[in-house]
Amino acid sequence: MLLFLVIFDSVIADDVSLLMVLVDTNPFFWSTTNNALSFSKFLSHVLAFLNSTLLLNQLNQVVVIATGFNSCDYVYDSSSNSVAPNQRTERLLQKLEEFVIKDEQLSKEESADGIGSSLLSGSLSMALCYIQRVFRSGPLHPQPRILCLHGSPDGPQQYVAIMNAIFSAQRSMVPIDSCVIGAQHSAFLQQASYITGGVYLKPQQLDGLFQYLATVFATDLHSRNFLQLPKPVGVDFRASCFCHKNTIDMGYICSVCLSIFCKHHKKCSTCGSVFGQAQTNAPSTSKQKRKSPDT
Amino acid sequence: MADGQVVKRAKYKSSVKGPGVPGVLKMTQDKFVFMPNDPTSSARLNVEFRLIKGHKFTKEGPNKQALLNLAQDQGGNYIFEFDNFSDRDVCREFTARALAMSGESGKADSERSAVTIQDEQLSTAEMERRIKLLQEDSELQKLHKQFVIGGVLTEAEFWATRKKLLDGDAGRMPKQRVGLKSAMLWDVKPSADGKSNRVTLNLTPEIVHQIFAEKPAVHQAFLNFVPSKMTEKDFWTKYSKAEYFLRSKNAVAAAAEAAEDEELAIFFKHDDVLLNEARRKIRRVDPTLDMEADEGDDYMHLPDHGLPHVGSKDAMDSQYEQYRRSLSQSLNRHAEVVLEGRAINMELGDTRAVAEALARLKQVQLANEASHGNNNQQRLVRISRMAEIEDLQAPRDLPFAPLCIKDPREYFDSQQANALKALGDTLAATKQMKCRLSTSEAYRSLREFISEVKVAGLGDPIVKPEVTIKVLNGLTQSISSTKYHLGKNPQESVLDRLPSMTKEELLHHWTSIQELLKHFWSSYPITTTHLYTKVSRLKDAMSQIYPKLQEIKESVQSDFRHQVSLLVQPMLQTILVQALDAAFAHYDADLQKRSSAKSGERPNGFV
Repeated sequence: MLLFLVIFDSVIADDVSLLMVLVDTNPFFWSTTNNALSFSKFLSHVLAFLNSTLLLNQLNQVVVIATGFNSCDYVYDSSSNSVAPNQRTERLLQKLEEFVIKDEQLSKEESADGIGSSLLSGSLSMALCYIQRVFRSGPLHPQPRILCLHGSPDGPQQYVAIMNAIFSAQRSMVPIDSCVIGAQHSAFLQQASYITGGVYLKPQQLDGLFQYLATVFATDLHSRNFLQLPKPVGVDFRASCFCHKNTIDMGYICSVCLSIFCKHHKKCSTCGSVFGQAQTNAPSTSKQKRKSPDT
Repeated sequence: MADGQVVKRAKYKSSVKGPGVPGVLKMTQDKFVFMPNDPTSSARLNVEFRLIKGHKFTKEGPNKQALLNLAQDQGGNYIFEFDNFSDRDVCREFTARALAMSGESGKADSERSAVTIQDEQLSTAEMERRIKLLQEDSELQKLHKQFVIGGVLTEAEFWATRKKLLDGDAGRMPKQRVGLKSAMLWDVKPSADGKSNRVTLNLTPEIVHQIFAEKPAVHQAFLNFVPSKMTEKDFWTKYSKAEYFLRSKNAVAAAAEAAEDEELAIFFKHDDVLLNEARRKIRRVDPTLDMEADEGDDYMHLPDHGLPHVGSKDAMDSQYEQYRRSLSQSLNRHAEVVLEGRAINMELGDTRAVAEALARLKQVQLANEASHGNNNQQRLVRISRMAEIEDLQAPRDLPFAPLCIKDPREYFDSQQANALKALGDTLAATKQMKCRLSTSEAYRSLREFISEVKVAGLGDPIVKPEVTIKVLNGLTQSISSTKYHLGKNPQESVLDRLPSMTKEELLHHWTSIQELLKHFWSSYPITTTHLYTKVSRLKDAMSQIYPKLQEIKESVQSDFRHQVSLLVQPMLQTILVQALDAAFAHYDADLQKRSSAKSGERPNGFV
């Protein structure tokens, strides 16, 4: 009996996962995807993935958070007793529908400009809150990780909130995996995965999404040590200048607010600091040294 | 040696004990030649000094041989016996100089003589500095050897680009002065011979200097009494006497002695000068320092920091108080003097001169301090500042300019637009197309999708097998390609995987090419014929590097060949070859210009 307990102990410490899945439910994004992957197909892939995750280990736990356009909410929690195992999918879909209706009621504008961005910062924060509660539940808790299934473009106005969420995830050693299903790479999620040590993936074959999820994101954190998972070829750490938004290798930095410029300005456009004169008389003296030949 | 050579009669010996072969030893700048008197003897020598590692010689003595032993590089010895010591010493000095010369050139290069002919006159200090630099930096030495000895660059040219190095080195050598010994006067033990009651105290100029520095009263007394009142010898005798009494801790005897002789009394009294100085120093201590409050931090609550108190054994009348000195007092004084260092810089021979010099120095110091006269004022300001009670002060508002921060959104919004732009026009076009969407429509379609799943279920199979295989292949490929991406990881350089020989060779070529290019471009525009010859020399040297790099590539083992070629190829193709090619192109163009200019009836040599 005691032996069994010990084994149980090590088992739960090693490879039991708490998978927080953040599903992008931005209606503008889903209504504009070019049929490579419709929301219904996407859902069927994700649901199959969730089922297989739960089957991988009896003690695995899955929580789904919907990342809406105006709000976020928990859509599914496998640990709550109210859901019978055989009604998982129905329950999840029902909750998701309710969420979409609520999200629509919250929208103020009749029409939107472009796709817009979903509230990734909100759902990340909710996931981290949930994880913190699990951490406090006792010494035996599953290993948490966050998986972002995201398609909408990054919302620049959320930058600070998202970075804060990333750093708190880093602090509590929770990796953020990202699977980007939109048209372009997400700089936020790239950074999130890089900083927290998660996996960033942008699948090429969207109709094979389930295969990507099962191959790359299904394994628990302990087993990841033994696997060769896709790595980003490189993270571009180059900065963009504030004046022309060009990506630059070298530039000028405001000594007060750290704004970046591609050329020398007299005054910082961000904080208004006035810069002194740059020293430019050094090369002129060396020029005078040698006269040019008169051939 | 002005004439650069020495000729002496000497005997060459194969061993110290041996009889030796008489002959003539002739030493020149770079070698020594021994010619035996007997022309048939086989013991003739002709050895270059650069092969000599060091030299030894016998001490001068009445019945000793005057020997000079030159130790050879490979382990052999050349022993010469001279007729007298003066002959030997002349040869010894000459050898020392020759060895120093050949040593400095020999270490850096062994056959420099061919190159240094046109060298400019250098001071030995300059020479030494260069040699030191070469010895310290093996890479520099390699370059030096390759180019200067190889005749590509002259010595002066080579160092011209490293002036900074030389200057910086010169600046780093401050003249160090020898300080005072940290041993205390205490340690000068008087030696007493057992028979008589005489005690001898040896005073050297060094000790006298130390006494003057540590005991201003003695110093003062010396200036006052010597030589007007007593001789120097008397003075020191009296001093020693006083010291002796103090050291024997015989305060009563000291007091009695002092009563008899008033001059002697001076040495017993507490040093007034010292006291004054101490008082002046105390005035400079931070007025807010509270030693009582800090007493708890004291590591030992013992008087004199736990040192055995010198006079504590016998409780004495206060009248003898002045004849006692605590150990800690003298320790502190000694430490102070040692830390101050040697203030005067002169020969310590003449006691009187030393004393006067010290006195002058002290006056200067005092004058300096007086000139900073407003000490008291500063003190008051300091007290008022330190004693200020924070709560009662008005808030000190620092003047600052408020930051005006622009809306950060502006930056990130434009970033987004930038990223989209980068993705290409097609995407931007589609984005424009689906720009405006009705909210309700969008949500309705989303709900439809959900109900679609509800009705249709998950679908079977979820993924088509052919798609799966594509996905798996794609993943495997991307994983394996990132794994074997060479040189992209900044933590591990490809260089580290190469054998160290190859790595060093590559790095060496790299530095030498840089060196050559530096010289090459620095000689443009060519204004003198000297520069012209230099450039052509450099060009030849550079062209030799191509085959060398190729050689490296071929020489490495097959395991590494791929990696080396990966490394050398871009090195060859992009950076170096481009740089070299640019240099060659420039050279050719210049040559053409030059020849056309020459054909235009320019006088030869004029450029």
